Amino acid sequence: MKRITHLLTTLTAGGQKAFIPYITAGDPDCADTLRVLHVLEAQGADIVEIGVPFSDPMADGPVIEAAMERALKSGTTLGDILRTVHEFRKTSSLPVVLMGYFNPFHAYGIERFAADAGDAGVDAVLTVDLPPEEAGEFSAMLRKQGMASIFLATPLTDTKRMAVLKKMAQAFIYLVSVTGITGERDGLPAGLATKAKELKEEIGLPVVLGFGISGPPMVRQYHDIVDGFVVGSAIVKRWEEAARNPAKFEELKTFITSMARECHRNDIGSCLVRSYPDGQHKQ
Amino acid sequence: MKKKRGYFGQFGGMFVPETLIPALYELQERFAALSRDSEFKDALRHYLAEYVGRPTPLYYAGNLSKRLGMKLYLKREDLCHTGAHKINNAIGQVLLAKTIGKERVIAETGAGQHGVATATAAALMGMECKVYMGEEDMKRQEPNVSRMRILGAQVAGVAQGTRTLKDAINEALRDWVTNVRTTHYVLGTVFGPHPYPTMVKEFVSVIGREAIAQVKRAEGRLPDAIVACVGGGSNSMGIFAPFIAHGDVKLIGVEAGGFGIESGKHAARFATGKIGVFQGTRSYVLQDDNGQVLATHSVSAGLDYASVGPEHSFLRETKRAHYSHVKDDEALEAFHLLAREEGIIPALESSHALAYVVKHAPSFRGKLVIVNLSGRGDKDLAHVEGLEAKL
Repeated sequence: MKRITHLLTTLTAGGQKAFIPYITAGDPDCADTLRVLHVLEAQGADIVEIGVPFSDPMADGPVIEAAMERALKSGTTLGDILRTVHEFRKTSSLPVVLMGYFNPFHAYGIERFAADAGDAGVDAVLTVDLPPEEAGEFSAMLRKQGMASIFLATPLTDTKRMAVLKKMAQAFIYLVSVTGITGERDGLPAGLATKAKELKEEIGLPVVLGFGISGPPMVRQYHDIVDGFVVGSAIVKRWEEAARNPAKFEELKTFITSMARECHRNDIGSCLVRSYPDGQHKQ
Repeated sequence: MKKKRGYFGQFGGMFVPETLIPALYELQERFAALSRDSEFKDALRHYLAEYVGRPTPLYYAGNLSKRLGMKLYLKREDLCHTGAHKINNAIGQVLLAKTIGKERVIAETGAGQHGVATATAAALMGMECKVYMGEEDMKRQEPNVSRMRILGAQVAGVAQGTRTLKDAINEALRDWVTNVRTTHYVLGTVFGPHPYPTMVKEFVSVIGREAIAQVKRAEGRLPDAIVACVGGGSNSMGIFAPFIAHGDVKLIGVEAGGFGIESGKHAARFATGKIGVFQGTRSYVLQDDNGQVLATHSVSAGLDYASVGPEHSFLRETKRAHYSHVKDDEALEAFHLLAREEGIIPALESSHALAYVVKHAPSFRGKLVIVNLSGRGDKDLAHVEGLEAKL
């Protein structure tokens, strides 16, 4: 957890934003996951988010749902995923966030999971279907092992709700850009700038934006208003293509590099782009 | 254990993504207010009486009683408008959705009865309606697909996963997450996140309230046992709930035993399921050792589901209700038996409850038993004929 906070503080101080790519563990198997983790790190990821596959991912769109199906088909278990993280940790200190649904953690045994995930070097866990109302016990166990619990905020999160999140949230707030499921989008709704600002003021944690982030232009558009970007489906889709067709591997790498570069620019908002209060930018 | 909001002992809760949280709180507040609102209650009563056709009869099944050596009554939910108990909940929720200003309703459906009920209520109250249904279920319950379309609802086939009820619920949840501002999700059973298990129980427990009055009138006393099938658990909760306080009345829920427990092809959550968190609630779930939800099997689409309403898990844990299961072929036998003996063609779901009573007739000898006949079998005719042609 300290690793994440330190990283976000350092980046923000330099006017940069965190690039947080997401991949589904075990897609198509865990050996490939280890390989892609190294690629993500080499191409500029600041934090990696690793999805734990679940049979019924109700908050995910078709791209990630299909990735989870592939992962389950190859027999990926939570134990395999923790071993993969452990392996990755031997050569990397990149913060790792596990993102998943509660039942696989529950079936593993939450106390045992917290201990094993801590040993493996996981930094934080985001459990999609565990809102603050239900997260108390799990969150306490993670905290005991030095891991943060990440909570979601949405366009519908009002200040009253922010007070609830504030009591539980650690490391950063994950602002879901849309009311909807994961997946690339052409544009994001208005009002995100205001929402991100409110969240930072009320909760006092960095805010990262996720869901629907399709490419560098979107990062450029929202660069000023958040502290990082989670990019899921856009990477999972390209990774799936690359896994089937090695010729596409360069495209994946290029995409990742361009996203990292866009997140890491520290000149936006000063000379290239003028910022407007509604979060829209004009060249 | 501290009593938490939306919990029945250790079961229940609201395990949903943050986006749905405001909608669930809104629903809790509005439902609580409306259940004390006389205008809303009058409107609901009016629809249940004049439109649904309540009260439904509590019918003494004389021929079958003689044959089985017991006093067997059937609570005739099959006689409700649209042919099953599902309309009681659908009317309640669609009326609620309209009252709180939503424009659109969505629903999941397994057997199609809840989809038809929601499409019906939406037509009646002038709301846009979309129903998610697994493609596997669309095949075996084809007549209900046509009915929904004729009623003006859009039926969306779900090709993901096992193509049955659980996948339809996932899709409905995805729709709701996306359109939560304008849309109410009419969940069809006593399942999902709080307040659904409580709210749906409230709307369906009219069944049990009527049954208490009717059996007292007919027999001057309460029954020895109530038997109902359990998929998600709405018809059973509907008839059980008002009897829970009457400790002498035995409550028996019957799950789908499919091809038999040993075959692994069944939907008997209480037989081999473990406690888990699935689709918004903590309850018994058919899952593998890694917490992945398993495919289920039942001849009846309405019972073919990997989890069960949290309050049922609680009733079982506290031993207030007893749960068992019967196999596909036993349910099919009961289906024919009721048709031949009483001239009533039951839904394959309800046939499970009846099959339990037939199978355990000696233990009910001389007893007063009510079976909740939750739906009629018209939707199952082609499916049954198809199955039997293969034998």
